[in-house]
Amino acid sequence: MSVDSVFVHKMWNDHELSKMVTGGVPFAMLSDGGGRVGSVYGVYDPDAGVEMRGRFLIDPDGVIQGYEVLTPPVGRNVGETFRQIQAFQLIRDSKGTEATPSGWKPGKITLKPGPDLVGKVWEVWKTSMAFD
Amino acid sequence: MPEEIKAGCARPTGGPVGEDPQTAPPAGEGPRKEAKVMVKVGGKAPDFTAPAYLKGKFVQAKLSDYLGKWVVLCFYPGDFTFV
Repeated sequence: MSVDSVFVHKMWNDHELSKMVTGGVPFAMLSDGGGRVGSVYGVYDPDAGVEMRGRFLIDPDGVIQGYEVLTPPVGRNVGETFRQIQAFQLIRDSKGTEATPSGWKPGKITLKPGPDLVGKVWEVWKTSMAFD
Repeated sequence: MPEEIKAGCARPTGGPVGEDPQTAPPAGEGPRKEAKVMVKVGGKAPDFTAPAYLKGKFVQAKLSDYLGKWVVLCFYPGDFTFV
């Protein structure tokens, strides 16, 4: 979503993005003229007249589970977005009985918070696991 | 899911849906007031409609049409920006 019109979205897709992604962008390129939606999400800068690089993860109930906002010159890390979605999906499937520790990615251990785990995280989770 | 719209000279519009009119951003001219920010993690994503370009068609999209699915909503400064 940006403040550009759908006509400009079409031009950008047809003349540039479709040369990066076979078949072009497969999802909706949303237009937010005036930044009305961006204002509600807190990412519209009225002085610059554009929106910041805001990324919101919204679950199937319409609840925001996470967001990240960057100023324009720094691009996002899509891999981290996917990792977060996978973590939130796991938590949702476990109905909140599990938690994903720092550095978690699919296949790594999760934690099961409860009285037995208090003060014992150091036994099952090592700081090196935050970096591998 | 999104409904197709006709491309005309009038620019299609969208905006927040179903919010308290007192917190709605002013429509029309005049100095723009800071819109009230209503997002937080664990809170409901504000619903909106927005015109969109989707696989060769112009459509009107609505966030709440995607209930039941995970949604990644991305804002960016503008088309043809570099990163």
